[in-house]
Amino acid sequence: MLAKRIIPCLDVKDGRTVKGVNFVNIIDAGNPVELAAQYAGSGADELLFLDITASHEKRSTITALVMKVAKEINIPFTVGGGISSVEDAAALLKAGADKVSLNSAAILRPSLIGEIADRFGSQCVVVAIDARLQDNRWEVFLNGGRIPAGKELFQWAKEAENLGAGEILFTSMNHDGTKSGFANDALKTLSELINIPVIASGGAGDMQHFADAFLLGNADAALAASVFHYGLIAIPDLKSYLKTKNIVVR
Amino acid sequence: MKVVIIDYGAGNIASLTFALERIGVTEIILSNEKETIIGGDKVIFPGVGHASYAMKQLKQYGLELVIPALKQPVLGICLGMQLMCKATDEGDEQGLGIFDANVKKFEPLLKVPHMGWNMVEWNSPAFGAEMPVADWFYFVHGFYAEITSQTIGRTEYINPISAVLKKDNFVGCQFHPEKSGDSGEQFLKKFLRI
Repeated sequence: MLAKRIIPCLDVKDGRTVKGVNFVNIIDAGNPVELAAQYAGSGADELLFLDITASHEKRSTITALVMKVAKEINIPFTVGGGISSVEDAAALLKAGADKVSLNSAAILRPSLIGEIADRFGSQCVVVAIDARLQDNRWEVFLNGGRIPAGKELFQWAKEAENLGAGEILFTSMNHDGTKSGFANDALKTLSELINIPVIASGGAGDMQHFADAFLLGNADAALAASVFHYGLIAIPDLKSYLKTKNIVVR
Repeated sequence: MKVVIIDYGAGNIASLTFALERIGVTEIILSNEKETIIGGDKVIFPGVGHASYAMKQLKQYGLELVIPALKQPVLGICLGMQLMCKATDEGDEQGLGIFDANVKKFEPLLKVPHMGWNMVEWNSPAFGAEMPVADWFYFVHGFYAEITSQTIGRTEYINPISAVLKKDNFVGCQFHPEKSGDSGEQFLKKFLRI
């Protein structure tokens, strides 16, 4: 049976990991390659690198980093942040990334999804959607959650699937940072609506939240950052816990 | 040992090269030239994307007759394995016919593509003897090779599928060993030893 996936997310700025990290044996917590290797070794199923480098001039740092990561780790990884053209995607995929994650650029120019899927296959196109539930509507936001996109989560996810997306990464802005669990109702609706995998993001606080995302939200994968980085949840413990809930994990 | 990766414009060469380097292969050659491929101690035939496009690329380099005639161990990965099969539902090109399996489209009873880690069960001592009875590998594919007598590793997704096929010196795996963690590295090492 296909396993549910656990995906740590690493924020990268100017080629360095940001956000606090609390690993016991780590020499340089700001080194994304070393962190990635730690996660791969501890049973992470995939990794997501989110490039939050602000200046356009330093964008090339991420391509160099992707190549270093690809040399070192033996599990799949996705790169997101600032990808706005087929060329951007091509450079990252050629450097060894398995997938690219599109967010604002896909909202502003939806045809980008198909352009990348046609050239490299749907399997490498993740569409990341940041949405907030307000007035009974899941409003999609762009630019890291600052600007309403004028789109609704479920419609946009379906449209992205039809355009060639291979996966949807849904972050609930209501849940993100709260450590109170994932947006399981919305996840369930989303998972029933589309026929591509759904990655749950935003709200992980304890191990049960992951079980809920899979059992209640029907998510195919669950992503988290701080609970892993700060050592609140160790991935081997999380996998053992999920097995006791009869959830198939690697 | 000289490992030749067939580089025909339809494969994720970077990841595969890095994976071979990690397990200690020092001589890795990327090539689309007949003589170089024939001269390899081991040949790896990767593939991602659409079957028709990949087959046209192979024919462009005249490799559709070279690959089936190779005598050294050959490993087809993902689409590479599917192209080594008889016929495919994807597009209108025929396969190389090395394996007797047909390649079919998944019925969308579950999410397609089949993406993620799935369990492979080994059922043949020929290549699987030294492998664990079952282990996890990373898959990404929307078409699958049916089960035949050449299936030596099987996986369940929507229906039973061939995870590994073997005929004489030819091995094909549906999963990506280069992305399958330790089990993938073990698999590649076993292949390099045959």
